[in-house]
Parts: sequence; C-alpha cells; structure tokens
Amino acid sequence: MSILKSTISAASETFKQNTAAHRDALEEVARVARNAANGGGEKSRARHVGRGKMLPRERVANLLDVGSAFLEIGATAAYNLYDNAAPCAGVIAGIGQVHGQDVMVVCNDATVKGGTYYPLTVKKHLRAQEIAAENHLPCVYLVDSGGANLPNQDEVFADRDHFGRIFFNQATMSASGISQIAVVMGSCTAGGAYVPAMSDVAIIVKEQGTIFLAGPPLVKAATGEVVSSEDLGGGDVHTRLSGVADYLAENDTHALALARQAIGNLNLKKPDSVTFQSVEEPLYDPDEITGVVPADLKTPYDIKEVIARIVDGSRFDEFKARYGNTLVCGFAHVHGMPVGIIANNGVLFSESATKGAHFVELCSQRKIPLVFLQNITGFMVGRRYENEGIARHGAKLVTAVATTSVPKLTFLVGGSFGAGNYGMAGRAYGPRFLWTWPNSRISVMGGEQAAGVLATVKRDGLERKGEAWSAEEESAFKKPTIDMFEEQSHSLYASARLWDDGIVDPRKTRDVMGLSLSIALNAPIKDTRFGVFRM
Amino acid sequence: MFNKILIANRGEIACRVMQTASRLGVKTVSVYSDAEAGAMHVAMADEAVRIGPAPVNESYLLGDVIIEAALSTGAEAIHPGYGFLSENPEFVEAVEKAGLCFIGPGAASIRAMGLKDAAKKLMEQACVPVVPGYHGENQDPDFLHAQANSIGYPVLIKARSGGGGKGMRLVESESQFVEALASAQREAEASFGDAACLIEKFVTAPRHIEIQVFGDNHGNVVHLFERDCSLQRRHQKVIEEAPAPGMTEEMRHAMGSAAVEAAKAINYVGAGTVEFIVDGSEGLLPDRFWFMEMNTRLQVEHPVTEAITNTDLVEWQLRVACGEELPVVQSDLAIDGWAMEARIYAENVEKGFLPATGTLHYLRFADNVRIDTGIAAGDTISPFYDPMIAKLTAHGTSREDARRKLHAALGETHASGSVTNINFLSDLISIQDFADGNVDTGLIDRYSEQLTAVRKLPDEVACLAALQAAGLNKERKSFSSFSLWQPLLHTVVLNDHSGDEIVVTLASVEGSEWEFTSDGRAHTLIRQCHNQYLFDGVKLRAECQSHHEGISVFADRAWHITVPDPLDGVDSSADGGDVVIAPMPGQVKLVRVAVGEKVTTGDALIVMEAMKMEHALTAPRDGIVEEVMGNVGDQVEDGAILLKLEEES
Repeated sequence: MSILKSTISAASETFKQNTAAHRDALEEVARVARNAANGGGEKSRARHVGRGKMLPRERVANLLDVGSAFLEIGATAAYNLYDNAAPCAGVIAGIGQVHGQDVMVVCNDATVKGGTYYPLTVKKHLRAQEIAAENHLPCVYLVDSGGANLPNQDEVFADRDHFGRIFFNQATMSASGISQIAVVMGSCTAGGAYVPAMSDVAIIVKEQGTIFLAGPPLVKAATGEVVSSEDLGGGDVHTRLSGVADYLAENDTHALALARQAIGNLNLKKPDSVTFQSVEEPLYDPDEITGVVPADLKTPYDIKEVIARIVDGSRFDEFKARYGNTLVCGFAHVHGMPVGIIANNGVLFSESATKGAHFVELCSQRKIPLVFLQNITGFMVGRRYENEGIARHGAKLVTAVATTSVPKLTFLVGGSFGAGNYGMAGRAYGPRFLWTWPNSRISVMGGEQAAGVLATVKRDGLERKGEAWSAEEESAFKKPTIDMFEEQSHSLYASARLWDDGIVDPRKTRDVMGLSLSIALNAPIKDTRFGVFRM
Repeated sequence: MFNKILIANRGEIACRVMQTASRLGVKTVSVYSDAEAGAMHVAMADEAVRIGPAPVNESYLLGDVIIEAALSTGAEAIHPGYGFLSENPEFVEAVEKAGLCFIGPGAASIRAMGLKDAAKKLMEQACVPVVPGYHGENQDPDFLHAQANSIGYPVLIKARSGGGGKGMRLVESESQFVEALASAQREAEASFGDAACLIEKFVTAPRHIEIQVFGDNHGNVVHLFERDCSLQRRHQKVIEEAPAPGMTEEMRHAMGSAAVEAAKAINYVGAGTVEFIVDGSEGLLPDRFWFMEMNTRLQVEHPVTEAITNTDLVEWQLRVACGEELPVVQSDLAIDGWAMEARIYAENVEKGFLPATGTLHYLRFADNVRIDTGIAAGDTISPFYDPMIAKLTAHGTSREDARRKLHAALGETHASGSVTNINFLSDLISIQDFADGNVDTGLIDRYSEQLTAVRKLPDEVACLAALQAAGLNKERKSFSSFSLWQPLLHTVVLNDHSGDEIVVTLASVEGSEWEFTSDGRAHTLIRQCHNQYLFDGVKLRAECQSHHEGISVFADRAWHITVPDPLDGVDSSADGGDVVIAPMPGQVKLVRVAVGEKVTTGDALIVMEAMKMEHALTAPRDGIVEEVMGNVGDQVEDGAILLKLEEES
C-alpha cells in the first residue's frame, strides 16, 4: 500500500502557531472535563464517602479490569446548562473491559443532586443504551439515583425518549441477548426501581442499596404505614424475601467483584468480522496533528496530512485519486483493523458525491467499517451545479451513507455545516460513534452566511419601502446572529447537548478510532441493502 | 574404575555424585520413593529403581531393598551420599556380603567413631586433644577443685542428673570454685536428689572448625585443610567457609596433623571430617581446639573444600573405593582463594526456622556461583525429606570477594511457592561482625532479633506487585489504560507476607508510566524494560513472578505477596444476618436454645415441621441469642423471624 508523504515541517512557524492555538482549546476542554469528573463538588463527595460509599468514578474503575481502556461518552455533558447544577449530566457512561469483554457502564453520580435524572441525564443514559444495543455490549448499571428530577418532570417523563425508554431498552436488549446487569449501590426509587427489576442479574449492597417504588415518606403519606427504608426495600429484604435482587453484597468492593463475576459468566465471543493485520504505528507522530491542522477553520488544509498521522504505517490506498478530489476516499488499517476512510478536502461537488457513494458501496460489499473525517462547508452552490443535479448526486451519497450496514465512525475535524453534515454521516445518520475535536464547529450554516441571509431579507424589505440602511446599521443588525452562531456552533456547546459522543484530543484520534472500531466489531456486520439511488 | 554404581540417596547429593560419575564414564542407578518418581535425581540417572513409599523408613533406609536394586541392575558399588545409610556399619557389612563395594570407610571405622564417648577415649589415646573435663564418680570437693585447676578456667560445673540450667555454675576463676561447687551441689540435690556434679572446660566463644581428611587403602591419609561452620541455627549449619577466618599456619598445621592422626588411629579409608570445637575468644591458638566427633562420610559442605583445593572429592571417593592410591600427597595440596557456601532451605525464618513445604512454581539460580541442587522449578518440597533446596558456593580471591559474590548470588536466586531462608542468609552474611570474620556459634542468636524481624513491605515493592497483579507489568498493549480526559484511579488490594492488607491505587500517566499511592504516599513508576524500572526517578531492578500462591517480587530481597479475591470468604448465600427465619410455613417442634445462650455458625437452633418433614434451622453466625420469637407449637408463616441474635459489636 502506498505511503503518504507529509510536506509539513514541525519546525515551521505555522506549525508552532497551530499547536499553540490547539493547546488553548484543549486546555479549556480539559478544565471542563475535570470539573465534570468532580461531580457535585467537595462537600457532596465528602458526604458520599462518609457513608462508606465509593465515589462514582472509583466504582467504574474498580468494576473494570485494571489497565482497561475507558472510552467515556458525554464527558462534558450538561456543561453550562441547568446553571451548571448537573456536571457530566449526573451520570458517568462509557465503554471499558471486564475480563477482557467490552461492556457499557452507566453509573449514577449521587453527589450530583442525589443522582436524579435531568433531561440530559435521560438523554445520556439512552445514548449509552443505544451504543450498547448497536455494538452488542453488555450493560452494567451502577445505580445510585433518586429517580426523575422533579422540577424538570415535564422534560423527563412523558415523551418517547424519556425515562420510560430506559426500561424499554433494557427489555429489548435482553430480548436480543445483550445482558443487563444492575448493581444497586444506593437509592433506586420509583421508576428507578425498574432498573434492577428489569435486569437479567441484580446485585444489591447490604444496608446501602434500596429498591422501592415509593420511599418511606410517600408510603406514610399514602397509607400511614411507618417503615424504615431497609425494611421497605433493603438488600436483605430483596435477596431474601422479594427476589427483586439476586446477590447480596457486603459493600461496594464486593458488589463490583460480584458484577465482574457475572460478566465473566456471560459466555460471549467476539464475532470474526474482519481480517486483522499486525499493528503498525503511523510513520508520522499523531501528536503532530495539532501542528498540521490550522486553528482557523477558514484556512484550508490537506486532510491527508491528518490521515498520515492516524493510519497504520501511514499507508493509504487512495481510491479514485484523480476524480472528485474534494472528497478523499481510500483504504487503510487502524490498530490492525481495516477501514474505509471518507474525508473532506474542500466543498462537495457532484463528482465527489458520486465517488463517495461508489466507495460506500465498495466498503459495504466488503464489510469494511467506514470512517468519516468531516470538515465540510457544504455542497457547491450555483446555477451550473443545481442544473447538473447536484442534489441528485448528493442524495446518492446520503442514501449510501444512511443505508449501509457497516459500522460508521464520524470525526468532526473542522466545520460541519449544512447538508455536508448529512452526506458525511452526521448524528442523524447513525454512526456508531461521533467524536469531535475542540476546534470543530457545527451549525446549519456559517454565522456570517446566516446573518447575511437575514440581512438581505431585511434590506430587501427596507428598500421596497424606499428606506435606506447604512452599512453600520446592517453590521449592527448582523452582529447578534453572528454571535449566536458563534456560541452555538462551539464544540463545548454541541457536546454539552450530546449532539456528539464527546470531544476528543486530536492527538488521540488514532486511539479513539481504534477503540471505537474494536468496540463496534462486537456486533456482526450484516449484509447491506441500499435504498433507491436517484440516477 | 567401576562401570556402574548405585547412589543410595536422593536430592542434591545424589545429583552431585552422578555428575562426577558421568564425567568419568560411570553409569548410574538411582533409587526413589513414590514421592520422587519425577525428581531430578531420577531424571539424571541412567537407570532408576523404585524402592518403596514416601516415608524414609519404608524407602531410603531399607538397606536390603537398595542392595537388591544394585544387584538387579548390575551395579558394582553403592555410594551412600550423606545421611540415610551413610554411617550405618551393618549396611556396609551387608553391601560387602552381597559382593558389592561400599564407597566409603569400612564398618569398623564407622563403629569406632559412632559412639561419642568411646571415640573421645580413642582420640585421647591417639594424642588428639579432646574437651577437658571430669565426668567421674569422685565427688570430693578438693579432688574436683584440683580437677578444675588442671582443666583451666573458666570451667562449667554441671549437675550429673541435671537439665534446664539447674545445678549449673560458670566459674571464671579459681577463687570462686569452692563456693560455686557447694552451691551447685545443694541445688542439684534439691532439684534431682543427686548432688553429683561434673566439670568441663567452658569455651567462651566457641567456633566449629572441621578438617577434611582423606585416606586410601595404602595407608595414606591427607587433610584438605579446614572449614569453618560456626554459623548454625537449631544446631544446623547454614553458612560454611574455607579456609577459617583468622586461621594461622601454625594452628592449621596443628589441627591438620591432629585430624590425620585421628584418621590413622582408625585406619580410615575415604572421605571423612574431623570436627573440632575451637575457643576463639582470643584468636585462634594451637592449644585451644578439641576433638568433638568424626563424620565418616562426605559432608554437605564439601564444595567449599573442593573450591579452594581444585579437587573433586567424589572422584577421589570412587578412585579410592576402586583401590587406587590418593592422587596427591600432602605437600601437593595448597589453598587457592576463599570459598563460602550458603544452604538454601524451604523454611519459615520468622516462625523459628520451621521447615516449610510447597511447590516451587518458580526457581531461578544465580549463574556466577556453584549450584548444588536436586530441585527444579515445579518440584515440590515434601514433608518427608530434608527441605534443602540448594547449596550456593562462591569462590573468590579473598574472603571479602567470596562473601560479596555469595551475597550477589543470593540476591539473584529467586524462588517462589514456598518460603525460603534466602533473605535470612543474605542478611546474615551482611552483618558487619560476619564480614569482619568475627564468627562463632553464638552469632546467629546474638543477631536473631534483627535477622528474623518481620519486615514491612516497601512502597516500591507494593507498587510493583500491584502492577504485576493488574497484569500490566509487560509491554503496553494497544489502548491499555486509555482515557479521554480523566484517567481512572484503580485500587489494588494486596496482602503482604504477614497477611496485612496493603491498598495501592494506580493511574496510568502515559505509555509505561504510572502514578501510585500507597498509604497516602504518592509515587511514580516507569517500566523501562523487562525487570528495569524507575521508581520516583531512581533506577530499580526487580523481577516479578505470578504464581498460584500470588506474586513474588525479587528486588534486593524476595517479597511474597498474595492478592485476595474479594469474592473469597464471603458466602452470599448465607443470611449472615442476625435472624433465623422460617423457610416455609410450618410448626415449631423444638427450640434448642434460650435467650443469652452462645451459639456457633451452623448450630441447629430450632426444629420445624413442614410438609411432613423436619427441618433443622441453624445459626447464621456466631453470636448470642437475643430473643426467641418462635415457641414450640407455634404455627408460623413462611419468612417469619423465629429467633434473633444480639447485634455484633
């Protein structure tokens, strides 16, 4: 396979400036992630530990194999939302290994408002389940939650993708052979009671975990019965009398060991979907990515400089290099696994779109996972392009991407604007994972363009009335729109709302890609049946 | 030379003899018990014969069975090794009667040295100095006083029937004698009803120095200089060296000549050792050594002599047994450098050198010293035989050179699966007094507190063990410890040698770098390559081994760590609670305990009848009965609490 040649020098001034700009962006995300990992703050954590409980991240760590990777999703979820009352959306989710088996861990953080479910908590929990379902990952729920966050009940209870969906997912995953394991390490009240009840295996910690549909205060209010929470739904009751839980654990450590044992007994085998090669490091250091990618999205760069710093041996079999070259397509290996890479190198033309669709067909037939490196301002506009049917050609790419059965991974490595987002496997197109770089920006169109559209409409109206509009007035009119787009397209804004699975350090792209691929390969790759291509 | 010999022994000495035999082109036959069919001494031999079950008195001590094995395999001679039948004159006679050759001295020589008192008399006649003393019937105080004066002070007065120090007096000078004797006699009379006392020379700083002798059938006897075996615990030697520290030519000549005289007095043939007790209180003086006993066989510690004399004593044994003359005369023999031997045992030093057993899952020896062993990795130290694992013999240009080599070799000798005395030996030869050559038989006792102290697991070892326990002490795998933004902090729980819990947390920094905390102290550990680390920036060499028993870390010393399984010892099926519960609806037929009674887990407390069957309900844990709710005759519901135990404090 041909080896990509980099033309960028790490000693150049541009390289250093790029690196510095990325470093600032990275530090901001790292700070936000650190705060999120701190949960409900020192006081709340001290109270939690004072009860003899492990902190949520310790629970996750001690569930997983020591040395396990932990691919956390939504690490900065709910940032700057709910007055920052729900760091990390109050729940930790991610994929790690137990006895070498990839599992999805969903762990309530009781230090954040008692682990209650905010709207984004629900969304994150459901996204974790979706990842588990698509990639056949056994689910371990480390439960310590008071249930729905009552002040936000209108956004967590009634709708299709609200609280109830959690249990729907547990039932349907269990039905398809994806194990559901719950460890009750604290409260598990009301709707939350169904997490262990709907699990295949439930473990409860003695004199610490409780499961009940209604807690003692509600019971007293409803029937006058006075009962302690331990007698109402403690570990002893549930493992001896009610059968709601299966194993009684002495403490958190014992509970996690029991959960590990349960996973060890799942009898799972990873399907043999792809042919592995021995792993080769890229010829160019992945750490250089922050030097080769310009900080300013408007500055174009050659995406192959990035590919050279991601793929095994920097080897890349570029498909149709001489045709539609604003879309780079080609075969490579990442951590020994085969991938088909589709990456933007400019605006999409009709040729680029049909080439992309062709390449998706190839990978689908060969069952090679697809990786999208998204840096796209959109499809080319203008009479010539509309007349030649660019919408028709774009639709081919969108159809191919939407209907292929191979796993898709999407990385936002620059701009993600307009219909380009669709053709490049944006969130709506069901990539198994969608990761984003700190410098990426996502919106329906660029802020300038949006403000320009609105200003044109306004100017037309004013001019029809014969009124004048000065350049200063227009500029003042455009500013709020530009500012809004600027704020809302930011990666932290996007990731806080779980439009993606998380922000990644660009230098770790290769590892995140390899891990995501490896996780995706837990599910067999099915045959593809495409939709009708508009020819 | 013989064509084939049988080795009537096991372990390292059988292997040692076979090495020389095969070098000389002599075929070998091993014998083995059921416990040792797979042992090294069986694997090494050309032929092997099973001689019985594991206990020695049903196998290695059965002379007739062994002779039969020699006859049936066509062996011409039997080498007895040491121990077992090596000093049994009846066996020697039986071997010879069977028409076989016994590789060792004649039965008469063995008998002559077998009875200690008779041997001493024999030696006195041969003008070999024996420990002076009076053991006779005459109890006249003036007579005993005169005896003491002629023995020379200090002397020890002992009750003839005594024991436990009663009736024993140390007399430093003549002026104290009369009073001390009277007091000892009074005490002896009071304690044992027998006032009779005996008097012996008291050796203040006793040293155990022995001379290797060798005789042939042609009347030649040579000595191969001395060995110092003063370092003993529980009367067993652990460190031996040759020559002896502080030895003078004059003293060596005196001792050597005495030993040769001793051997000649009994027409000794073959390898033998004359053991002396030496008073080292004022340096080694030619009139301060006394005969103790003679060992009429090859000694365990013969390798140190071989090292300093460049000889192969087993070869000499075989040649002499064939009737050849000794290959050298006394004047050919000279001392080359210094040799020091350490005996590695499976034993628990901290528990009073208690012999240990176990399977040596991992065993690696140092490679710059002589190793005598009969054990390989995977072999089991059984309770039937001596728990010696190996002897390490270092040879150097000087005593310090040999000592340093031996110390290094002990550090590089790694065994896991059973406790060993390797750390102890290493510490022992590091003691300044030993390094200075100030050895005597009391040295180990004087330093015993320091030598047998239970050491606290150092943080670097805890961190390494945690890394090993986590399966991370190897080339980093793809994605190992990967995290997006926040590394996970894992907890590893270890139990040290004493069973104390050590909690270590670790987080991956990047690549092969880790951050640890142990007991609140933070450390960094970088794995550089196999067995090489940087711990808090300081280079650390260590080997880690995982095995059935846990983890062994070999750094400067060996550390054995176990990794507790949190699922062990917790029976989640048991109620483990405070109550006894009716398992189904039924009637209480019998209540066996009352309030306040003490119960033990599993005690039957209540008998219920249900579904026409009687069910005994047992105590869920140890405790005291607080309340009995189920009374005889009560019809109870499923799940009813029938009895409650007091809450545990």
